[in-house]
Amino acid sequence: MALLLENGAVVTDPWTVLDDAAGSDGIPEGPVIVSLERWQRDRAVLELRNAPLGIRLKSHQLAGEIAADLDRFGLVVLELPKFRDGRAFSTARLLRERYGFTGEIRATGAMIPDQFLFLVRCGVSSVEVPDNADLAVWRHALTEITIAYQAAATADEPLSLLRRRLSP
Amino acid sequence: MTHLGSESHAGVYRYDDVDRQFVFERVEQFRGQVARRLAGTLSEDEFKPLRLMNGLYHQLHGYMLRIAIPYGVLTSRQMHRLARIARIYDRGYGHFTTRQNLQFNWIKLAEAPDILRELAEVDMHAIQTSGNCVRNVTTDQFAGAAADEVVDPRVYAEIMRQWSTLNPEFSYLPRKFKIAITGSLTDRAAIEVHDVGLRAKRGPDGAVGFEVFVGGGLGRTPFIGKPLRDWLPEADLLAYLDAILRVYNQWGRRDNIYKARIKILVHELGLPALRERVEQEFAQIRGPRYRLDPEIVAAINDHFAAPPFAEAAVSVSGSLDRHPELPAFGHWLETSITAHRQPGYAGVTISLKPIGGIPGDLTADQMDAVADLAARYSFGELRVSHAQNLVLPHVREDALFDLWQALGPIGLATANVGLISDIIACPGLDYCSLANTRSIPLAQQIGARFSGPGEQQNIGDLSIKISGCINACGHHHVGNIGILGVDKHGVETFQITIGGKVGTGAALGAVIGPAVAFDQVATVVENLVAVYLEQRQAGEPFVDTVARIGTRPFSEKVYGIAA
Repeated sequence: MALLLENGAVVTDPWTVLDDAAGSDGIPEGPVIVSLERWQRDRAVLELRNAPLGIRLKSHQLAGEIAADLDRFGLVVLELPKFRDGRAFSTARLLRERYGFTGEIRATGAMIPDQFLFLVRCGVSSVEVPDNADLAVWRHALTEITIAYQAAATADEPLSLLRRRLSP
Repeated sequence: MTHLGSESHAGVYRYDDVDRQFVFERVEQFRGQVARRLAGTLSEDEFKPLRLMNGLYHQLHGYMLRIAIPYGVLTSRQMHRLARIARIYDRGYGHFTTRQNLQFNWIKLAEAPDILRELAEVDMHAIQTSGNCVRNVTTDQFAGAAADEVVDPRVYAEIMRQWSTLNPEFSYLPRKFKIAITGSLTDRAAIEVHDVGLRAKRGPDGAVGFEVFVGGGLGRTPFIGKPLRDWLPEADLLAYLDAILRVYNQWGRRDNIYKARIKILVHELGLPALRERVEQEFAQIRGPRYRLDPEIVAAINDHFAAPPFAEAAVSVSGSLDRHPELPAFGHWLETSITAHRQPGYAGVTISLKPIGGIPGDLTADQMDAVADLAARYSFGELRVSHAQNLVLPHVREDALFDLWQALGPIGLATANVGLISDIIACPGLDYCSLANTRSIPLAQQIGARFSGPGEQQNIGDLSIKISGCINACGHHHVGNIGILGVDKHGVETFQITIGGKVGTGAALGAVIGPAVAFDQVATVVENLVAVYLEQRQAGEPFVDTVARIGTRPFSEKVYGIAA
């Protein structure tokens, strides 16, 4: 998997995904990502660690479920089980706009490049794409449309009426 | 371009350089998507929602392109362009739909980007005419012209068009989402059968606000919309829509395509619980960032300024020469004219339901001709109605006779608007891959049964709506007579309902009895009409007679059961 930032840059992923089944003893050093279930189960242990913690939400696990704990997390991963499942767009936006989350929001799972700009506008800051993905297509998808007709989670330059110019 | 000068007063949202840049960017984006599809780097599964959000369906015979006619308003220049597209890229005709759009049925995928470019050149597009997103916002075909109008709904329809266009959060909803708005006392936009229906009205101080309905819709599980809010201030329109859509996006069902519309969420949660979620969301969204600024409303409103009506027309108001020597003109006047708010002017509906024709179809030559007539008689402006007819919104009363004379030779003077042969029919098996049965041939047969002189006029207001399958694109549930095609072991049969209606006090029709065969439908309709003519009281339209006497006398006549 390659990790693509909202500006199209490819970066190395510093995070390790922690298996739900793994015991509390075997938690590796450094930044780890846990499921919501694991967070709820092993919260006491996880909070004692001295390394960044990320949480992974399935598409039906909505922003409100982690709102109270958001300051514990450096990363929220949103899963798109099918690219047609658009719940993550609302979740990202709520995390940013309602709950003021400033850490990384990462989208993973089934996505198509044509959704990249919408994801970014909703507050997603990185996407995990398959190793064989054509990164040029993904980057191009951020630049195809430069005008929006509604405010969203990211900064933009207001034009007249409802319109705004998106800064690539 | 011929009529550009004459339509400078058409009441349409006029694109500036920013809007033009946007639609051209969208065309090139789609061109890239088509290229990736043709190269095989985009699978059909991945391409499907992208093409749908650009209006491109895969149908029985190939691709169909549904072009957006925002809230049913278009100019002569745009209509000429549609004619050109029909000639070059299709088979010389197009089909107007119940959602005020236009469909071309014989499109090649590789040519679709070029067609979209042709549209962009005249400030048109096919954005979000399909897909699980907010669709073309529809409204009253007499907006800005109707005598009973309180608020011009085009202003808010345009604002919602912009807000919903490529909305980053609401483009992958559980299912499609349709919004309709009316601003008149009479609801000609069928707001109660939409996912969200809005009635624009004025408060005691004259300020604009909206009554909001939610969860209406036809399809396999029909519901009349439920009242969500009695008064929504203008400034909160977009924040409130954001709240409804966000609740729907998060909680609408995604496990079953047939239960994914918001009407099912409303039904399963119950209206009070849904309202609570929407209001909670709204309370947090409302605020400066998502407020609809009055200056924006005023600026959009300027696009819809009234055309310069002629002072001279006022003096002829009410003194129309009805040419009694030509009863056909009288019949046409009776059915085709709607009261205008400007004295001396009238709204004219042009029937696209000639007897024996295909409901909603128009040839390229007719498009050109009607575009010229709009330029000459209606400030270069046309409307598409929810009933699949066209409207010239602002015609001088003293020009009606000339207009009628010009419509005859191009086959557009059928005097049946609102009458029994003004039938709404889905494309049916002739075009659609979902259909179980034919629809268009039924409409043609029924129309022919009532083609005698004066026959339809005698029957009066009566709507027939035909759907070729349970998806209800022909809105059969709300037809005064509704006809639904069902497949019974490979045989086309038709279920008949009566008593449905749209508009204020919308109602779903009731089934009269067992489904009947294709060849029997027109006879059944004749029998239903016979009962009505026998039973009606003075001035009582068909649907009111059904409400008064019930379905039983009709069933007895149709199925031959002794009373």
